[in-house]
Amino acid sequence: MSDAVITVENLSKRYLIGHTSGGGGAYGYTALRDVLGREARNFGRKAVDLLRGRQVVQGDEVEEFWALKALNLEIKQGEAVGIIGRNGAGKTTLLKVLSRITEPTEGRVLLRGRVASLLEVGTGFHPELTGRENIFLNGAILGMTQREIRKKFDEIVAFAGIERFLDTPVKRYSSGMYVRLAFAVAAHLEPEILIVDEVLAVGDAEFQKKCLGKMEEVARGGRTVVFVSHNMAAIKSLTTRGFVLDAGRSVFFGTTEEAIQHYMQLISRPSAGRPRERSKGKHTAIRDVYLLSKDDHEPTTQYVPGEPLVLEMMIDTDGTRGMSLELFLTDASRTRLGFASTYSFHGQTLPEKKGTYRAIIKLDPLLLAAGCYAFDVATSEPSANHWDHWVESAVEFEVQFSNALGYPWDFKQSYGFGALTLLCRPTAEFVSARN
Amino acid sequence: MTLMPDLIIIEPGRRERHYWLDLWRYRELFRVLAWRDLSVRYKQTIIGVLWAVIRPVITVLVFTIIFGRIAQLPTDGTAPYALMVFAGMLPWTFFSNGLSEASSSVINSANLITKVYFPRLIVPTATVVVALVDFLINFCMLLLLMVWYRFMPDWRILVLPAFVLLAFFASVGPALWITALNVKYRDFRYIIPFIAQFGLYVSPVGFSSSVVPEQWRLLYSLNPIVGVIDGFRWCILGGQSELYAPGLAISIGVTAFFLWFGIHQFRKMEKSFADLI
Repeated sequence: MSDAVITVENLSKRYLIGHTSGGGGAYGYTALRDVLGREARNFGRKAVDLLRGRQVVQGDEVEEFWALKALNLEIKQGEAVGIIGRNGAGKTTLLKVLSRITEPTEGRVLLRGRVASLLEVGTGFHPELTGRENIFLNGAILGMTQREIRKKFDEIVAFAGIERFLDTPVKRYSSGMYVRLAFAVAAHLEPEILIVDEVLAVGDAEFQKKCLGKMEEVARGGRTVVFVSHNMAAIKSLTTRGFVLDAGRSVFFGTTEEAIQHYMQLISRPSAGRPRERSKGKHTAIRDVYLLSKDDHEPTTQYVPGEPLVLEMMIDTDGTRGMSLELFLTDASRTRLGFASTYSFHGQTLPEKKGTYRAIIKLDPLLLAAGCYAFDVATSEPSANHWDHWVESAVEFEVQFSNALGYPWDFKQSYGFGALTLLCRPTAEFVSARN
Repeated sequence: MTLMPDLIIIEPGRRERHYWLDLWRYRELFRVLAWRDLSVRYKQTIIGVLWAVIRPVITVLVFTIIFGRIAQLPTDGTAPYALMVFAGMLPWTFFSNGLSEASSSVINSANLITKVYFPRLIVPTATVVVALVDFLINFCMLLLLMVWYRFMPDWRILVLPAFVLLAFFASVGPALWITALNVKYRDFRYIIPFIAQFGLYVSPVGFSSSVVPEQWRLLYSLNPIVGVIDGFRWCILGGQSELYAPGLAISIGVTAFFLWFGIHQFRKMEKSFADLI
């Protein structure tokens, strides 16, 4: 028998997703006749689904979508494994299968040992109950016995730092206190296998550091940890091995260093076969969004602060008038940093002749902090006030070092000071104000 | 202590071998969830737990006036009409509360179901236990009413726990089935209030089941609550009410079938709850 505690064999998971054909019945000029016809077809299909005991899928076109496809993985006792991949790569689905929340469609998983999964902090917290009561509730939900919780109760309270508010209902807590309490309970789990989704992206910087420290302790304590994060620094410090997923398929499994390299290469290429790439709007479709390098205009994932940002993409349009192209810049925590719009800022619309166009958009230089960023790209009808085609994280990129004026200090997004360098030109002026 | 067996195999369509053992291991979660439901139940209400009492008491009052006074229906033996109605209202309230709260329980715990593993059976059964607490409060009201009427129960009241258990199973069975269906097809959310309202008049709550013509009584007993209510009256009214044995046997049979069927359907669907919810 091998010493693997988690064995994943040929694991696949399929979901059914529905579309509405012909697009937006809620907007524009859809005739009542069309709506009635579609509803009648829908009803007929749902009735058949009900009789056959199948699930009800909204919309009238049903598509299969493989969230995970033929995964194989072996994790040994005491290993800390990071699972990395883009949004929608299947990381959370994998964790859900491993923690028995959802059933796989094919393949199997063998788990040896007591598993605790932490897909969210504060699962099951009840707003009406006090902090004390929620510790017991949440502990029980995460699989601790009441005896265990009682034993660790003081430790949990001290870790969260909420002694004074123990008997206050958590609905009166600040969001920071809530998260601290929730994480404190989770941090005191003692399973043999710990499965953690991206839960560290909450709380203030100091508390995040405390959580990372606690996680490191767990990993060093000989327990097996499976950890998902977009924070490469956390992955590096916590895990010894990395598993890279893309579009539900396994790309690489090896040391953390190599895995991160594979991931970086991956995000520099447009992914094939992701569901959102196949999606389209009613009138337009955005495909193949790239960030181009400054010199050779090749697709890249690196951006050097202070250089122009050049994006290239393909757009299909049916020639509808007045369509605008919009970009949203987001940081690693998905906070929106900025917005660009061809129509709202420049009065420019998409070509009004049906066809496929290559769009090149050159943005003014930005002084971004080191870290990961993404652009959401959308087309819209400004008059209709809704997105025609929305592509989330259409292109992701990274800034490796940021100090616009060449000083050695590296301004990082992860410091929590923001993502934009605000320069003083030429420098700050200090004028004596005494007399 | 271990919450899980040493080796867990996750496979599509796998029948859990340790299903019932697993359920036993999670008994603490069951207790905690029931306790949570109880303790948040009447938070931020003014009269709190009185709500559990007011609704059935008023219904008993109305039924006594309408069926007993206006329609002049006969009571069981010499028992006061209000007592007979209350003895029927007790299991009915328990049944309908259990059914309606259990059937929405899984959907209401969507945040748990999609984030944590535990035997899903815990959620609806814990809510039925909460309905049992309301039942106990109402039972105390009944005792007060009996003191008021100076009505003395006899040895038969000792059999009551058996009928409470029957009422519990009678509500758990259909509740599990409808809970599972409700996750998949939300239509059932609209069916439950209808069953609760309709059932109140179809079941012998406001009247004695002895008013049902003899040739229909066997058929009438297909409603599992009929057996439960008759049993309650037999226990509480101390011999004033006759126990119709063939009817009781049928009610027990129907209850057992629904219990088996409910658990079967629930287990068949519970693995896909997280995907469907």
